[in-house]
Amino acid sequence: MRYEAPSTLENAVALLAGESGSAHVLAGGTDLLVGMKSGFTEPDLIVDIKRIDGMHTVTQEDGGWRIGAAVPGIQLGEHDGVKADWPGVVEALELIGSTQIQGRATMAGNLCNASPAADSVPAMVAADATVRIAGPNGSRDIPVIEVATGPGQTSLAKGEIVESIFLPARPVRSGDAYLRFIPRTEMDIAVVGCGVSLTLDEGGTCTAACVALGAVAATVLLVEDAARVLIGTAVDDAALDALAAACSAAAKPIDDKRGTVAFRKKVSGVLARRAAKIALERAKG
Amino acid sequence: MALDDKLGVKDRTFKIVGTRPNRPDGIDKVTGRARFGADMNAPGMLTGHVLRSPHPHARIRAIDTSKAEALPGVKAVITAKDFGHVPDDMADVLDHCLAGDKVLYDGHGVAAIAAVSPAVAKQALKLIDVDYEVLPHVTDVDAAMKPDAPVIREAGGDETVPDGMSKNAMHRFEFGHGDPETGFGEADLVIERSFRTEAAHQGYIEPNACLATLAPDGQAELWCCTQGHYAVRDMCAAILGLDKGMLRVTASEIGGGFGGKTTVFIEPIALMLSKKTGRPVKMVMTRDEVFRASGPTASTSSDVKIGMTKDGTITGAFAEFRYQGGAYPGSPVEFGAMACFAPYDLKHVKTVGWDVVTNRPKQAAYRAPGAPMAAFATESVIDELCQKLGLDPVETRLKNAASEGTKSAYGPTFPQIGVKATLEAAKAHPHYAAPLGPNQGRGVATGFWFNFGGNTCVSLNVNADGTVSLTEGNPDIGGSRASMTMMAAEELGIPYDRIRTVIADTGSLGLNDVTDGSRVTFAVGLSTIKAARDAIRVMCERAAMVWGIDPDAVEWEDGHAKPAGPNAGQFPPMSLAEIAAQASNTGGPIAGHHEVNAEGAGVSFATHLVDSEVDPETGAVKTLRYTVFQDAGKAVHPSYVEGQFQGGAVQGIGWALNEEYIYGEDGKLQNAGFLDYRVPVASDLPMIDTVILEIPNPGHPYGVRGVGETSIVPPLAAIANSVSNAAGVRLTDIPMSPPKVLEAIDAAG
Ligand SMILES: Cc1cc2nc3c(=O)[nH]c(=O)nc-3n(C[C@H](O)[C@H](O)[C@H](O)COP(=O)(O)OP(=O)(O)OC[C@H]3O[C@@H](n4cnc5c(N)ncnc54)[C@H](O)[C@@H]3O)c2cc1C
Repeated sequence: MRYEAPSTLENAVALLAGESGSAHVLAGGTDLLVGMKSGFTEPDLIVDIKRIDGMHTVTQEDGGWRIGAAVPGIQLGEHDGVKADWPGVVEALELIGSTQIQGRATMAGNLCNASPAADSVPAMVAADATVRIAGPNGSRDIPVIEVATGPGQTSLAKGEIVESIFLPARPVRSGDAYLRFIPRTEMDIAVVGCGVSLTLDEGGTCTAACVALGAVAATVLLVEDAARVLIGTAVDDAALDALAAACSAAAKPIDDKRGTVAFRKKVSGVLARRAAKIALERAKG
Repeated sequence: MALDDKLGVKDRTFKIVGTRPNRPDGIDKVTGRARFGADMNAPGMLTGHVLRSPHPHARIRAIDTSKAEALPGVKAVITAKDFGHVPDDMADVLDHCLAGDKVLYDGHGVAAIAAVSPAVAKQALKLIDVDYEVLPHVTDVDAAMKPDAPVIREAGGDETVPDGMSKNAMHRFEFGHGDPETGFGEADLVIERSFRTEAAHQGYIEPNACLATLAPDGQAELWCCTQGHYAVRDMCAAILGLDKGMLRVTASEIGGGFGGKTTVFIEPIALMLSKKTGRPVKMVMTRDEVFRASGPTASTSSDVKIGMTKDGTITGAFAEFRYQGGAYPGSPVEFGAMACFAPYDLKHVKTVGWDVVTNRPKQAAYRAPGAPMAAFATESVIDELCQKLGLDPVETRLKNAASEGTKSAYGPTFPQIGVKATLEAAKAHPHYAAPLGPNQGRGVATGFWFNFGGNTCVSLNVNADGTVSLTEGNPDIGGSRASMTMMAAEELGIPYDRIRTVIADTGSLGLNDVTDGSRVTFAVGLSTIKAARDAIRVMCERAAMVWGIDPDAVEWEDGHAKPAGPNAGQFPPMSLAEIAAQASNTGGPIAGHHEVNAEGAGVSFATHLVDSEVDPETGAVKTLRYTVFQDAGKAVHPSYVEGQFQGGAVQGIGWALNEEYIYGEDGKLQNAGFLDYRVPVASDLPMIDTVILEIPNPGHPYGVRGVGETSIVPPLAAIANSVSNAAGVRLTDIPMSPPKVLEAIDAAG
């Protein structure tokens, strides 16, 4: 196994593209190293992206935020600007692991690991975030929801690296929130996760909404029906009931050691309702 | 001797016992200097690894190790056959380490390798070809009891098992007196319910590890992480055909055991690999191996029927328990059936226990083995009776509580016991009267444990500078070195920090039974006190010699020998240090020792109070407040007594709410790791409050009773009662994980 820590993105891409065996990007390593230790992943090449310029920065762009792929949870958790605009995304990222894990774990790693239960992903999807991908054929931007294609599978081609994540400009009178259900209070994996983002007009009517569910399908689900039932309402009890019903209906979970189908469907609705209430409060300011 | 008379428990005032000095192993542990199982290395050491079965039940047709043996860096490959014939009582122990003709559970060891590196070993494991004939399997206790269930052990059960039953029923136990049916006839309300509990793992943080050297001359050294190195020695010696005296076992520091480290899983393998290679062999189990192939506790199913009058008198009680203890006989059902009704004075009581085998790893002890699950079932029904009859659950338990002279449900008549004291303390505590909010419920349960004494051997050496070396043979799991040091200091009358207590290897002391049965502070403490008295006797003799008076005319007080009275002569008291300094001139080194198979351990009771909050939309349970009331006899080091109370409660919370062995339809364990085997984390828990009661045990010089196990007996029931009260529906299936709680709430409408 080879370990490389290039200082430019071009070199990183070239190393990954040129490896004939299995090549893995190393960001925080909180998934990759665990996988290696358990024998699940046996890389021939590891390319550490933490020495690359610009990978650690958070910069304002078009009123939104561009977040480098190596920015760990702890850095974003202390970033007042991102926290003010996208508290739901930051709280989702901060749910990951413990203080130690937070010092390492990245949002890009959470996304590229492609776990259906990844916490920051439903929040990013609800936020309509995009990723910038660098590869042998240059760079491209795609919506977050298009990155994971199945458990452990991504749409990234050989040699491609997520360079940054972009959270768009936050419209006025809007708020977002993320909640997950775990049997414990921390150090656990989501049985259901739900991200909600919504925008109100001056009269308090919802004009835009985005709802995403995690851990209830092979990839994160964008629940368009759930957004539809909120838009045009004051996000009152009736709308929240409809939201919960839409989320329960949209969830396509499996029975496994972490929860039953019936449990996950019901809790999808419960969390959506609770997250929407928090997002609403935030939107009202 | 005059000495003993003064030492009655009642009017003795203690100087050191009852205080809270720092533990002697504290600095080593917080600085990382303490050496645990995996911390020992030897020159030329090889690494040992086990190939484990992917099938829950299969016949081994053949094992081809030739390709693995040919791999450079592989020094030996062994299977069970290499051990030849072992004594009958060790057959199951060895079989659980390495399978014989059949693999009996997912993770069962099949072959083992010694190699120069883990990478080589890993590669070699893949090169071993095992030809399996896969057999039908059963992992559930009720399924295993069906007459047509897959048969795990052809020989079937013993003579206690009636004909026509499943061959997986190994043994039937029965306890009690009177006639429950008569009792039910006298009741105003009879409730009958069935319960289930899943298997829990002790969840010790330190995985099992050892380093073994077996030389051609038959001398062997074993370093390992264990609760009892004498037991390890005896098992390994029997399995490998070694003389006990030739195998020296040293116990490492231990990162938790809770009963799980009372047997062997890798030690005989490491010794055999060392024998074959002539080199030291180190083995460290992975967490996955610890879950799949060590000894979790039993899973259970039970039926309970109890009758009560309107005023709260229990008129009759019956319980039938089925415990599976893995693929080998020996589940702790007997203890469950004995312990569950012990807190009560009952006229008509009967319990039946079935020891059942399934395709799971062989269970090992887990803190009060068998009792928590049984108490869960019986204490739940008592709670429900109180609820339905509008009775106070603490008052009702008090009304039925056993006391001195009660013939216990499992046979013996109780001496002085503390069950009522724990209930009175709970009743009087502010926790019991505190208001509850919406979706909150309070639960109470009482539990019992036998406690144990056992073989113990302690030696105490007085050094020339007046310090004392105390040598005992029981691995220190819960702060026992501190307690032993305190008892020796108390008895000798010297400061705590003048004594160092070490845990000796098996070559240095006679037999010491395993650190189990809550025995150490009781039995090793008793032996420490007696060894100190033995040394005091010697020191009094030495003083008498110096003074030229009769030894009987010398007494010991506050660390000094002094003439017993004016008639004995006028000499200034001589301190321990002064006597020690002259030892060479008065007959040589001064030591005391004590050897005993200790009896009189003294049973112990606890009552637990817990408040839970249930989220009615998700089934999530939050433990809000928890108070433990337990009889410690005498708390030598109260912090460590509290630690035992808290630890038992916390392990009980984990077991009650989330911990469980999850087997798939394929018979494979699905959660062999701490992500999906959920022990509680700190943020899941409230502070566990403790109330120490001290009803002296007449069997110990200071009144000590063991405290380590009783504390895990009530929690499953106490939490189930609180969750049931909060949710408004009776929960009968442990763990009460959120999906189960939500389903129960939704089903109740
Ligand atoms: C104790 C513990 C607790 C955890 N708790 C949680 C939790 O609560 N919620 C949760 O969602 N996760 C949790 N995780 C998982 C993990 O911490 C997160 O998924 C984390 O965000 C991964 O980020 P990382 O930077 O460490 O990724 P890495 O391990 O470095 O990488 C993860 C994967 O993504 C790939 N990758 C990383 N960066 C890039 C990139 N820029 N471009 C292309 N591919 C890339 C890697 O090759 C690898 O396959 C936990 C892990 C541990 C060990």
